[in-house]
Amino acid sequence: MSSNKQITAVKLVLLGEAAVGKSSLVLRFVSNDFQENKEPTIGAAFLTQRCTIGDKTIKYEIWDTAGQERFQSLAPMYYRNAQAALVVYDVTKPKSFIKARHWVNELHEQASKNIIIALCGNKYDIVESEDNDASTENEDDDSRKRKVSVQEGQTLADDEGLLFFETSAKTGFNVNEVFTTIGKHIPEATSSENAAGQERVDLTNRLDSSSTDSTCQC
Amino acid sequence: MEENYDVIVLGTGLTECILSGLLSVDGKKVLHIDRQQFYGGESASLTLSQVYNKFKPNKTPAESLGKDRDWCIDLIPKFLMANGELTNILVHTDVTRYIEFKQISGSFVYRDGRIAKVPSNEMEAIKSSLMGFFEKRRMKSFLEFITNYKEEEVGTHKGLDLDKNTMDEVYYKYGLEKGTKDFIGHAMALWPNDDYLKEPARETYDRIILYLHSVARFGKSPYIYPLYGLGELPQGFARLSAIYGGTYMLDTPIEEVFYDDDGKFTGVKTKEGVAKAPIVIADPTYFPEKVKKVGQKVIRAICILNHPVPNTHDTDSAQIIIPQNQIGRKNDIYIAVVSHSHNVTAKNQYLAIISTVIETDRPHVELEPAFKLLGPTEDVLMGIAELYEPLEDGSKDHIYLSRSYDPSSHFETTTDDVKDLYRRVTGHDLVLKKRKTVEEEESLACE
Repeated sequence: MSSNKQITAVKLVLLGEAAVGKSSLVLRFVSNDFQENKEPTIGAAFLTQRCTIGDKTIKYEIWDTAGQERFQSLAPMYYRNAQAALVVYDVTKPKSFIKARHWVNELHEQASKNIIIALCGNKYDIVESEDNDASTENEDDDSRKRKVSVQEGQTLADDEGLLFFETSAKTGFNVNEVFTTIGKHIPEATSSENAAGQERVDLTNRLDSSSTDSTCQC
Repeated sequence: MEENYDVIVLGTGLTECILSGLLSVDGKKVLHIDRQQFYGGESASLTLSQVYNKFKPNKTPAESLGKDRDWCIDLIPKFLMANGELTNILVHTDVTRYIEFKQISGSFVYRDGRIAKVPSNEMEAIKSSLMGFFEKRRMKSFLEFITNYKEEEVGTHKGLDLDKNTMDEVYYKYGLEKGTKDFIGHAMALWPNDDYLKEPARETYDRIILYLHSVARFGKSPYIYPLYGLGELPQGFARLSAIYGGTYMLDTPIEEVFYDDDGKFTGVKTKEGVAKAPIVIADPTYFPEKVKKVGQKVIRAICILNHPVPNTHDTDSAQIIIPQNQIGRKNDIYIAVVSHSHNVTAKNQYLAIISTVIETDRPHVELEPAFKLLGPTEDVLMGIAELYEPLEDGSKDHIYLSRSYDPSSHFETTTDDVKDLYRRVTGHDLVLKKRKTVEEEESLACE
């Protein structure tokens, strides 16, 4: 990567009901990996990933909820200065879609006015065959059927001014698209923000710009 | 829900949140509950409307004060020493990832009716308006003694023994005036009263060194402060705890506390059900029958200004200390000044929070010298707090209680309480380990 390129750091927060695949989406994006039956994440809730879009590079600083959403106990700190948010639901779980509406409202209330929100209907892989072939409707397992239509997701997104995707962390479907599309909507860092940043003190006195974070191929 | 934990923590004040974070990192399964809807308990930072609701429920904030959410008003005004123990804990736990800090621009002290910058090295002592010509030279020699002192080089001790000679004797050797002692003892060593004069000089020496090293770290003053206010600190440590598996429940009052036949804590009941643990850590408000009054009451006055504090060179933030002797009191008065530059007020607004230990039955009158320094105020919101400490150390009933936040201007006593509680709860001293780096934690997530 060239060093003269401007790197824009973007804080991106994840929101959504437990077990809709928030961490899995990020894991797919950051390391192109997926794990079935992943345990809730412990000791890891701050991931970084660079993403090159045209001539700009975005460094996503991704904040996981760390389970603090379970009893509605997310701190204001979580939303503070977030430039982007991923609101995730499970296309097979209507309750998770209701919860997604709640999180969108919460973001409008708590986050900065110009935050870019992407609504993600995840676990598309489960309903993919159903969508492609209408005759599979007689499948026994009701929990593996689509319960939230594309139209419902799109309508919520249109009403609230959100980006909208159906995704699959399992197959990787649409995952990079979510992050590149968000990246395209992120404005360039303004010079005044940079000036304010210089007054801040670095308590660690060590270089934070580690060279180890990878760049995604999007 | 009926769940088992290693530790239940009640209250999300800074002390409780640091302990929750440290214990989760140690691998303990922690349940952390607060009866209120927000993080921070007594050490929260509130919006304008929340503060009015608390102190002036019948009044709405003036429209000229701007947007409610632009305000983060600290309930307990304190600053971090740049080289202090809280900074150390923040760095070791990497909670600095979630919080940004800025310097406090100035450190001022009151002497003979006016305020001046606290000199932080020999050069500044020579230029200081706090002292006359000859006194400046004496102050310079004193500071040279402090900074050149080396334990192993007896020559640098100048005939003094820090463990035997009192601080009064050290001052006497350098022939310092009473007013100079006041600003060294109160604005540099940050003692709240004059008891230290009769004590061995060692601790005062350590405190002056902490002050000088803290100034040297970033330059303007020894103090640093988080953007968006002190309420970010408990939130940051709560996040650390959550990342290491801690469970958080706000807005959850405790309906019942369970004990075994020996009177030992076994668990609590909330709207979510019963949670069991052999240990509970809590702030004094959760077990009022198990704490006693320290015997001190603190008055805190939140002053809203639309101008910088006069005679501080229009600084955006400052610590102003009024040493007790200067105004005939037994306890110092502290003024913490912050503003928009730390994202805690609306544009062009300033917050000056005055605090001291109450000495008379007319506490607001005691603050008069501080009000005089501030000039006109938009509004003043005052509260009085009784300070509490635990009756017992917790070994009998496994209920480990923190102390109320004292009126000191920094967090050194808070971190003392954290370490003391940690030792009582775990049976061993707190040894800070470096947390895993971002890269190591990422690879953990990708395992």
